[in-house]
Amino acid sequence: MTDYSWLVKNIYITALLPLLAFVMIIFFLRWKEKLSAGFSISMILLSWLISVYTLIEVVAKQGAVYEAFYSFMSLRGFNLEIGVLVDPLTAIMLVVVTTIGACVQIYSVGYMHGDPRFSRFFAYLSLFLFSMLGLVIANNFFMIFIFWEMVGLTSYLLIGFWFEKDSAADACKKAFITTRIGDLGFLVGLFMLAFYAGTLNYGAVFDQVSAGMIPVGILTAIAIFIFMGAVGKSAQFPLHVWLPDAMEGPTPVSALIHAATMVAAGVYLVARTMALFVGSAEASMVVAIIGIITSFIAATIALTQNDIKRVLAYSTVSQLGYMIMALGLYGYDTNLGHHSPGFYAGTFHLMTHAFFKGLLFLAAGSVIHAIHTNNIQEMGGLWKKLKFTAPAFCIASLSISGIFPLAGFWSKDEIVASASHHPVFLILTLAIAFMTAFYMWRLCFLTFFGEPRDAEKYEHAHESPKSMTYPLIFLAGLSVVAGWVGIPNVAPWFASFVYHGAEAYHPHWSWLMLVSFVIASCGIYLAYLMYYKKSISADKVAEKFGLLYTFSYNKWYFDELYDLILLRPIMTFARWMWSFDARVIDGAVNGTGWLTIKWSDIKLWFDVWIVDGAVNGSGWLVEQCGQILRFLQTGSVQFYVLFVVTMTVLFAVFKFNYIDMGFESWLLVILLVITLAATVGRMVSTLRVKTDSGSDEKES
Amino acid sequence: MIPYLALAAILFSIGLFGVMTRRNTIGILMSLELMFNAANINFVTFNKYVVSDGLVGQIFAIFIVVIAAAEAVVGLAIVLLIYRNWKGIDTDHFTVMKW
Repeated sequence: MTDYSWLVKNIYITALLPLLAFVMIIFFLRWKEKLSAGFSISMILLSWLISVYTLIEVVAKQGAVYEAFYSFMSLRGFNLEIGVLVDPLTAIMLVVVTTIGACVQIYSVGYMHGDPRFSRFFAYLSLFLFSMLGLVIANNFFMIFIFWEMVGLTSYLLIGFWFEKDSAADACKKAFITTRIGDLGFLVGLFMLAFYAGTLNYGAVFDQVSAGMIPVGILTAIAIFIFMGAVGKSAQFPLHVWLPDAMEGPTPVSALIHAATMVAAGVYLVARTMALFVGSAEASMVVAIIGIITSFIAATIALTQNDIKRVLAYSTVSQLGYMIMALGLYGYDTNLGHHSPGFYAGTFHLMTHAFFKGLLFLAAGSVIHAIHTNNIQEMGGLWKKLKFTAPAFCIASLSISGIFPLAGFWSKDEIVASASHHPVFLILTLAIAFMTAFYMWRLCFLTFFGEPRDAEKYEHAHESPKSMTYPLIFLAGLSVVAGWVGIPNVAPWFASFVYHGAEAYHPHWSWLMLVSFVIASCGIYLAYLMYYKKSISADKVAEKFGLLYTFSYNKWYFDELYDLILLRPIMTFARWMWSFDARVIDGAVNGTGWLTIKWSDIKLWFDVWIVDGAVNGSGWLVEQCGQILRFLQTGSVQFYVLFVVTMTVLFAVFKFNYIDMGFESWLLVILLVITLAATVGRMVSTLRVKTDSGSDEKES
Repeated sequence: MIPYLALAAILFSIGLFGVMTRRNTIGILMSLELMFNAANINFVTFNKYVVSDGLVGQIFAIFIVVIAAAEAVVGLAIVLLIYRNWKGIDTDHFTVMKW
């Protein structure tokens, strides 16, 4: 474990490089488009080199596990950790993610050329790659959940990249909200896990599960809740409805996020937490059933769609269902003690599918770039115009159809093999294989062969720039050879590298390979007859299966069904709540306000008339007293003397004890009184004289 | 003792009457002197009949005479200032502190 080289021990660098690109572009480089793209691409290429090196080293060490972490937060013995885990599954995922990521970024230089938010696109792609790589290298459920949400966020940002279009804005909301339902289950699963296992570290949890320390019933619930996260993210039934709408995003985004990496994160999650499903047969059966239902529904819908990206989207859903089903069946069989190739098949198909589905989307983007329409009914005969795109698309189609010896053949074959002990699953799997071959080649024939159905658009079609075609060629090569690491008996390397449990599975040749190959060929041949030779009329077939055709064409009416059973009741309830809010809550609030105003009016009246009245009244009273008393201030000193003496006399008369008073005191008082009387008399006479003279003066 | 006190009372009342009724400021000052002297008579009388020995009342009376002289100086100075300001010394002139 410790003998890994420095680069592998610091594997988080591979995730941090795209983050660096994101930060640099957002803060410094976004005004320089070429520099942004160049920096972003060089970071992901560096990241890719580290990933490839890591894979080589992990292979050389025969899949030894490296784990390093430190405690992020410790709550009464419950640890939240931040750490990395490098094992074969991680190494494979790293290479897949960085390979597709690098191809898509190089491709985007051509595809997004001239877009007003060119730099931002690269920033978002880098942020996505950081989140996805973080998700892959996480060593515990806590970290994987955080990165899980971050890929959801970047998916939202990138689906809604052209948010001027209402359809894109709606699609990104739909994707975010729909996956949120699954993520809620995931979170509940994590809480239960934290409660029952007391840790979120993968290894510690799985040890407890294999030791049987968690009751099976609880384990089933935990596994199903965690699987809900995968259902949302990997667009499984019944939450698959967001993925086709997510095609409103730019095509490179569809290739990177909604075909190769993020939607595969659900499959990765199930593979990573396989121990939980192995511990519970019921949970595994649920996983397998959801997988096969999804796969079947999506395949039937893909048969009739006319939008090139939507066909691919449903194909993606169908293939993801395949992988989920294989993993579920592995868990079921292993729980019952049988040997199953399911785990190997699911992860193997995850890898090969990432390459050929990424290629299909990029090629489809190239077609759209050339002809400016998504509708395959307006295409046709493009083989002559698109010298690189068309062969690449056809190689990928062959690969996904499961044609020997391309990558898809080997991985799909293992999925068929993993269903071989379950007849219902086997039949449905083969039926899906047939439908896959048919709808992929329907797409190919309608797009690239036959006569151009829209002459004007055909005339203007042109091959894409080199930055777009080179990634196509590279991925086309991988779509051919990626499966060769799993050829039974010749190079069964992948199976022994990625394995779960004690012993590795050894793939072997079987008659099922021949059967699936024949079925795929039949599918292609039928498509050839219907859409190339036209010896069977597609319209007549549609007419014959009228009801089924309408059902498939309208996507099994899932959107309408959800609209009816979920959206309408919710909207009605929301409107009812709104009117409740408008009437009762607002009424209470406004009523309180009204009462307050009225009460304030009363208090205002009280304040103005009573309080102010008291204050002003006091002032008024003082003023009036002053008005009266001011007349004492005659300014005449003699008057003051008179006043003082009068008061003294009065004081003497009323206050003195005049029983003991002698004669001389009485004499003085009497004399003073006489004096005062005389003075007043004198004054009055003087005043009279004065007024008389005053009036005289006035008259004169 | 009574006749002296009666005399003092009569003098005081006459002085008071003068103070309160005279228009001429000089007259008022003169009436004030009457009131002072009424007080002096009282001091001397009480010294004679109430306080049997000592000269406290007599000395008091002499002090009052001296102070009355000083007071007259101040009073006349005020009268002069009044005259300068109002060109007359009638009390009617300086009722400027009226309401």
